[in-house]
Parts: sequence; structure tokens; C-alpha cells
Amino acid sequence: MATFRQQVEATIPALRRYARALTRDRDLADDLVQDTLLRALRSEHLFHGGDLRSWMYTILTNLNRNRLRSLARRPALSPIDDNDAPDLAGPEGGGRDIARALATLVDEQREALLLVVLEGLSYREVAEVQGVPIGTVMSRLARARAQVKSYLDGERPALRRVK
Amino acid sequence: MIDPNSPVHDDELHAFVDGQLPADRREAVAAWLAEHPEQAAAVAAWRAQAEAIRMRFGAVADETVPERLDLDRLVHDSGGRGGRRPWWTMVAAAVIAAFFAGGSAGWMARVATAAAPSSTGSITADALEAHALYVVEVRHPVEVPGSERDHMTQWLSKRLGYQQRIPDLQPLGLKLVGGRLLPGPTGAAAMYMYEGPSGERFTLYCAKAMSPETAMRFRSDKRYAAFSWVDDKAAFVVSGPADRDRLEQVSKAIYEQVDRSGAGRKS
Repeated sequence: MATFRQQVEATIPALRRYARALTRDRDLADDLVQDTLLRALRSEHLFHGGDLRSWMYTILTNLNRNRLRSLARRPALSPIDDNDAPDLAGPEGGGRDIARALATLVDEQREALLLVVLEGLSYREVAEVQGVPIGTVMSRLARARAQVKSYLDGERPALRRVK
Repeated sequence: MIDPNSPVHDDELHAFVDGQLPADRREAVAAWLAEHPEQAAAVAAWRAQAEAIRMRFGAVADETVPERLDLDRLVHDSGGRGGRRPWWTMVAAAVIAAFFAGGSAGWMARVATAAAPSSTGSITADALEAHALYVVEVRHPVEVPGSERDHMTQWLSKRLGYQQRIPDLQPLGLKLVGGRLLPGPTGAAAMYMYEGPSGERFTLYCAKAMSPETAMRFRSDKRYAAFSWVDDKAAFVVSGPADRDRLEQVSKAIYEQVDRSGAGRKS
């Protein structure tokens, strides 16, 4: 049977993918994953079975919200590095459009959409990760999809990066 | 969007797209969509979105995991029980236990929320900005010269609200140019500048942080790079020329001094 650590390790690729899509910034995403891993390893005694993957997504989602909250309290600053530039302005066809569309979403909606379509979580699991009823997940998902659609259908204004 | 009298609910359309619809409803929804082109178009658009998201980010999971996320390394580096924590990877002490509460989703959420926020990114940005602004100053790089170390320590300790310990980097050939007061994330911040024999400059930025502790981070842009960490609610950012080895050496020396002397401990 896999040890706790091996199970944690197995989640890393998926956590990186989720974090990258959430932040659209490679360094920031890996910072989040690193904090998530440390937190999880430190909290093993709090993990009483259940789905480890959902637990990891929960930690990462909350760390990201904390990060955004602390940014929100502060005046806007230009990003310190250009590491994310290829992500947004990369040459790959529609890629940049979907990344920009995601950037226009409210955080909770972006989380819900990514957990479902990118990470393949069930609606029930997303509800657990976000700590809300399934009905709330469904409405977040619906609003996210409507917003992405209207963004992609509509004008594409030059978007300033939303941190 | 959906006719309220119709047998198909909006939620079912999402579940249809996401493959989360019970098998016995799949056919019914597909048949219904064939009769409702407007909703069918929405469903197609949602599918295309999902596909685009997977195309855009799916490959991240296939990338080689960077070394800093290697668990053996994280565990090894953070596990120095008893002795001083290794400088490279400090982690939050388990304040988490205090937040343990029954219930499944509840405790999961609390564990993670109670944990430290990851706010070093913005502090690092501030520090690099200050670094870039002041290292190019020839005549007024600092407010208080390094020769007045005692006075500066006293002044900035008072303004920042915790004891400042200004590291001595002479063994690395770096002379203290001096320091200055800056606006920080939660009040005042201090910046100390050091200079090497060939004029290269390093700065140490200190401020109170939101998070209790974080891992050590490395950031770089084209010209400058920084190592940053938070220890006991005090953030430290060491910025310098984008030469990682040299910066690491300087950061390590600073870490050892501020840690041994207990800078940031609100004693």
C-alpha cells in the first residue's frame, strides 16, 4: 500500500496543472504547490482518510485565496517578472484567448470551472473543496461558462493582467 | 435559457458536457438537444471551452516536476528536528493542530484557511522595486550611512516595531552602505544596502509579514534577482544582481545571522 507521502507525491503533476491554470504564472503556481505540499506533509495527522486529492486541491485553493486577499489589500503593483508573459502571449492559437478569458472570471467561478473541466472532479468533490453546497457549484460553473463564452464571442479588449 | 417546462434542466446540460450525467439520462438529453438548437449551441460552446482549457494547460501535468517540489528534499530540508532549521526550506510550524475541528468538509477548509497565506510574492515585488530604484543612486542611496549602525538599528527597530539586527557581511567582502525607511505591506519597511569591491550592490529588505513562515523563494527578472522568506512574521528579501550562486551565498549568510540573533522575534 502506498504511504501517505507516496500518495501526496502522486498528486503533484495535477496540482501543478491546476495551479498554473489558476494563476497563469509558472513561478507563482509552483510556489503555491510547494506551500501546499509542505502544508500537507505537516498536516498528515489531520488527514483522516477520505480522498487525498480533494484535500490537496482544498489546501491549494485556500492558499491561493489567501494570496489574492493579501494582494487585494495592497495597491496594484506591476508583476515583478516576465515569466508569465509566454503564457499569455504565446503563439499557440486559441490558447491565449482561453487564458485571457479565465483571467476575467471571479476566483470562485474560475476554481469551479477548472476543477471540473481540467481536473475532472465530480460536482460533489468540487463542493467539498470549495466548502459550499452543490447548487452553488452549479451556479458558479454556469456563470463561469457564460462569462467565458461572452468574452470569447465579444470584443477582445487588450487585457491588463489580473493578478 | 432552458424552457422551465422542459424535462431538461440547465444543470443537466452541464452534467452532460462534463460526463457527470447518469447513463439513463444521457440519451434523453441528447435527443432533447437535437430539438433545441439554441441550447445545443451553448453545449457545443461549453465543450469547446473545456477542450481549449485542456489543450492550454493539460500538458503541465506531463512536465518534469521541478526539483524544488521534490518531496524528499522538502522533507529533508524542513525536518531538522532539534537543531536549527536548515536555511533553504523553512516551513510553517504546525499551528494547524489548534484548528482541528470535527466534520469533514469543515475541517478540511479550516485546516487550509488557518494555514499561512503565501504573501511573500508581493513583498518580494516591493523589495525588488526598491532595490532597482536605489542601487543606481550614486549620491543618495541611503538615508543613514553604515557608519551609524547603532543609531540606524535603534531608529528602524522603533519604526518597524521589532528588533532589527543588521547583518555584517564583511566576511563576504560586502560593506554596509547604510539603510533607509520605506513604506511596507503593513506599515514601515527597512532596506539595508551593501556594496562589494567592484561596486555590486545587494539590499536586504525587512518588513512585517502576514504569514508566520514560508519557504525560501528565488525570483529573478532580467537584471535583478531575490531570495525571500518569512520567519516568525518577519519578511526578509535579499536582492542583488541576477547571479544566483553569489546571491545564494549572501542570502545564506544573512539568514544565519538574522536567525541566530533572533531578528524578527518579537521579544
